[in-house]
Amino acid sequence: MRFANQVAIAGIGETDYSRESGRSELMLTLQAIRAALDDAGLQPHDVDGLMRWSVDTSSEGEVASNLGIRDLAWFGEVSQAGNVGAALVTHAASAIYAGLAEVVVIYRGVNGRSGRRYGRGDVTGRGGRGGGAFSEPFGLLTPQHGLAMQARRRMHEFGTTSRQFGMVAVTAREHANRNPRATFYDRPLTIDDHQQSRFVVEPFRLFDCCLETDGGGALVLTSAERARDLKQPAALIRAAAQAGYAAERTYVDTSAAVLGPRFWRQAKLDRGEIDVVQIYDHFAPFVIFALEDYGFVPRGEGGEFVESGCIRWDGGTLPVNTSGGHLSEAYLQGMNHLIEGVRQVRGASTSQVADAHYSFVDTGVGTGAIVLEGGTR
Amino acid sequence: MTDLPVPVPETDNQPFWDYLRSGELRVQRCASCGQLRHPPRPACGACGSFEVEWAGMSGKGAVYSYIVSHQAVHPALADRVPFATVVVELDEGPRLTTNLVDVEPEDIEIGQRVELAPTALNDEITLPLFRARR
Repeated sequence: MRFANQVAIAGIGETDYSRESGRSELMLTLQAIRAALDDAGLQPHDVDGLMRWSVDTSSEGEVASNLGIRDLAWFGEVSQAGNVGAALVTHAASAIYAGLAEVVVIYRGVNGRSGRRYGRGDVTGRGGRGGGAFSEPFGLLTPQHGLAMQARRRMHEFGTTSRQFGMVAVTAREHANRNPRATFYDRPLTIDDHQQSRFVVEPFRLFDCCLETDGGGALVLTSAERARDLKQPAALIRAAAQAGYAAERTYVDTSAAVLGPRFWRQAKLDRGEIDVVQIYDHFAPFVIFALEDYGFVPRGEGGEFVESGCIRWDGGTLPVNTSGGHLSEAYLQGMNHLIEGVRQVRGASTSQVADAHYSFVDTGVGTGAIVLEGGTR
Repeated sequence: MTDLPVPVPETDNQPFWDYLRSGELRVQRCASCGQLRHPPRPACGACGSFEVEWAGMSGKGAVYSYIVSHQAVHPALADRVPFATVVVELDEGPRLTTNLVDVEPEDIEIGQRVELAPTALNDEITLPLFRARR
């Protein structure tokens, strides 16, 4: 892709993560943006682009007026649901590379626990209309229902076990226990805790499921050239791409089976060059499925890969979700994974991978991914 | 008790519900290339044709995947858990999301043979439910 290393993430910002923020989603958004601009060493008047998740409730107009942006040269949103973080980075990087905007802020502010809850279908329910006529009347009511259906079939095809899912959750928790910002910073989790936890939607146990979180996060993107003069070491966007899923569900392939081969080709990178990985862990099993479908491990071997400790920061060959991810840090619909991906190339993670040069971030099990490139090896 | 959402028929899928009301399970078949597809939609993903026939299905198939809701994460599940939802793969190929009548959630397994059990919700809507094949 032509914009490779021409655009950078120059600033990251986030609020505290909680179950009840006591603040509006717009307030969370503005606080996160202020933090990201401070981090980059930029002022609100430097911003001329804004991008958001379609499901985010803070419009670009409200955000612009609160920041004092008078001329918003570029704005937009990407639809679907939570899974569009990398797609937004792709759009913003394209706009900056094309000269349509100089400083684009991508934001997410959500009261995902105290307000509208994804886990209860508040955001995604269709009331029996459209495609919902063929799923909701039968109890397929929330994202977790559809994903559990896929996970069950995949367990059948490849022999992946609940205990292996549990090792994803335990590993994420280990990383969260090192991260003071994480919701579960001070709460350890053992594999027995996981295996004894109740089923929410079989085959998902309680500790297979992500958090629901109130919080905000923001990224500041600008040209690599401008980023070099700013406060932080630039996280260069080496690659960014999105993928839409086909209507015909296979229940076996995730979108990463489609995006993966194209991504590595477009990025001109080999999977083996990646030092650290963040994967959209709305449900623990999908970390295994994504590792397989992106080609980090052969299909059917992801469970053993996880079980043998390969995704742990401590001694693993490919550390995954080093901040604790959606399972144990916060569920900010991929935003916290993008932020952690930046931290890794800055050398600033609480579970820092030594000499992390290529940092891979998936924000939807194949709906989009980026690779960030840091300083020299 | 909150009810599960009732299907709202729309232009692109009205015949599916009309056939079911008379107890028939039919799915779309591309009149150009013969590809079966479900849920109903305007165009064939294989060849792009808008020409469509409604092909009668045998109603026989097997459980392809299933889930069991234990927590009532949605109000409609409040008095129903544990509640199983299954995907049935018809012998002709298409897959439908549905429920099994008269099968306890713990007795469901992948590969289990099932057959159509049309179940009327009201005068307009009959759901394509399934039962264990006897």
